[in-house]
Amino acid sequence: MTTTAPTAPAAPPRERSRERAAASRAARRRRVLAQWLFIAPAVLYMLAFFGYPLVRNVAMSFQDYTFATYFTGEAPFNGLANWRAVLADELFGASLWHTLVFTVGSLAGQFTIGMALALFFSRRFPLSGAMRSLLLLPWLIPMVVSGTVWRRVLDEETGVANALLGTGIPWLSSPDLALVSVILVNVWIGIPFNMVILYGGLQEIPTEVREAAKLDGAGPVRTFFGVVLPLLRPVVTVVLVLGFMSTVKILDLILALTNGGPANATETLGTFTYQLSFLRLDFGQGAVVGNVLILISMVFAVIYLRANRDGFTEGR
Amino acid sequence: MTPVAATAPRTRRSYADIAIGTAVLAVLLFPLYWMVNTALQPGSGMAELAWFPRTLDLGNFARAWESQGANLVTSMLVALGAVAVCLAVATPAAYALARFRPPGARAVVFATLITQMVPGIVVANAIYNAYVDLDLVNSYLGLILADASLGIPFTIILLRAFMVSIPGEVVEAAMVDGAGRLRVLIGVVLPMSRNALITGGLFTFLFAWSDFLFALTLNTTDDVKPVTLGIYEYIGAHVGDWGAVMAVATLSSIPAAVLLVVAQKYVAAGISAGSGK
Repeated sequence: MTTTAPTAPAAPPRERSRERAAASRAARRRRVLAQWLFIAPAVLYMLAFFGYPLVRNVAMSFQDYTFATYFTGEAPFNGLANWRAVLADELFGASLWHTLVFTVGSLAGQFTIGMALALFFSRRFPLSGAMRSLLLLPWLIPMVVSGTVWRRVLDEETGVANALLGTGIPWLSSPDLALVSVILVNVWIGIPFNMVILYGGLQEIPTEVREAAKLDGAGPVRTFFGVVLPLLRPVVTVVLVLGFMSTVKILDLILALTNGGPANATETLGTFTYQLSFLRLDFGQGAVVGNVLILISMVFAVIYLRANRDGFTEGR
Repeated sequence: MTPVAATAPRTRRSYADIAIGTAVLAVLLFPLYWMVNTALQPGSGMAELAWFPRTLDLGNFARAWESQGANLVTSMLVALGAVAVCLAVATPAAYALARFRPPGARAVVFATLITQMVPGIVVANAIYNAYVDLDLVNSYLGLILADASLGIPFTIILLRAFMVSIPGEVVEAAMVDGAGRLRVLIGVVLPMSRNALITGGLFTFLFAWSDFLFALTLNTTDDVKPVTLGIYEYIGAHVGDWGAVMAVATLSSIPAAVLLVVAQKYVAAGISAGSGK
């Protein structure tokens, strides 16, 4: 509600128009307020579940959480102690490295195979639609379930993978191999997502473009790299950046497959945060690692938003 | 003559494509086949397992249900609760962002997109401590609210993109008839957005059903235990009984499989919406 303009009796015409302007301003403000009532619950929700955690984690990273905090609720500020402790921890460097390898390896595998399948299914043969949907299954079932199933499949002695291959590979029990195996499983999970998005992108490229390249004498490989891939670039960026953001923070899969082991070989920033906060109950140090994770995601969020600027901020 | 000559290579080509496609499917879906196959056989060591279940043995499923049945019910309740909360919060917001675009709307859309980069473990870190103060740890309400947050940004983006495409004249006509904003939303916009609503609901259900992180971190007792948490503890404790573990895994994959069959087109739409395309 705004204060109305001075209400002199018999106001001169100019005053009256100002009065009317004020009234319409008030009406406009009321309208905007009513419109915001629709949005407010969602904004409050997101502030509580995304905004607040971001702020709280920064604060927590400067606080001393101990077992006693559990009972007293008190976590005194302790300056940079958490940051120093985490950065000095060997496991932090190792987790950072594992996270990087895991993310890059997963994305490379998912994207390459996803793209190959998208191209293959673009040939639109009978049953291709049904096959494409069936391939979504690995992506739709809970990650913990996938992890559990693969843990069984990759078991060194009793797993079906070694039985099929006639090998005795210690997939998940060797510190040298475990990370590779975890990546393999995550590639399997991520293929459907990459395939569906890239397939969608391919459908939007007019067939004439490819036919024209063919007429010009370009082979399938040159057509792909010279014509199709450049046209697909926005879609590729979206797939890779979304893939990055969901891969860098993965926790469920690794906990189900290896629990971060053997010998911390599959410990990532996500599992390390979990360990520090929820197993050692040192939420302060957990928050430090969490903040590093956010920082990494943020860099890619910027890339993502730049790639998507036109699509989202305009009212499309 | 000519048509036959023209179609023969094409059908041969599609047979080859079907064969390749089937091979790809066989390789990629093998682990899931193996899950079901193990679940249907009494023995679970590689030596005792056949490549195909010869008889239908439901012993594993019986043991699985005995230990995880209650957790499956919990998962179902939590996921349905999360869908309800998510749609109730996301729908009006999406509508206002698509239709009214009040000042600040752009910033909200922007923020909604950015939420995707906040790692779940960071959320859990802070929310757990807030829940301790609010007495929401080990509660259905707490887990439902947390799980709904997995679907809200996605659903807002999806619904907004859909509602933008509803012609303004339809809404204005209803407004002229004297209907208020809320009545237009419920009476006109929602029925028109049915498909988008179903897609948002389905995906929120899947997100919540698959949630492990919040289940693991926001529960310290056995009071509220969804099946994802159940299966995680199960593999810790019963490594010997892989048959039952695979039966639990099969049971927890059912919603995904059902959704894929029943709601194929919505699922594909949802994945594309998730990428912002």
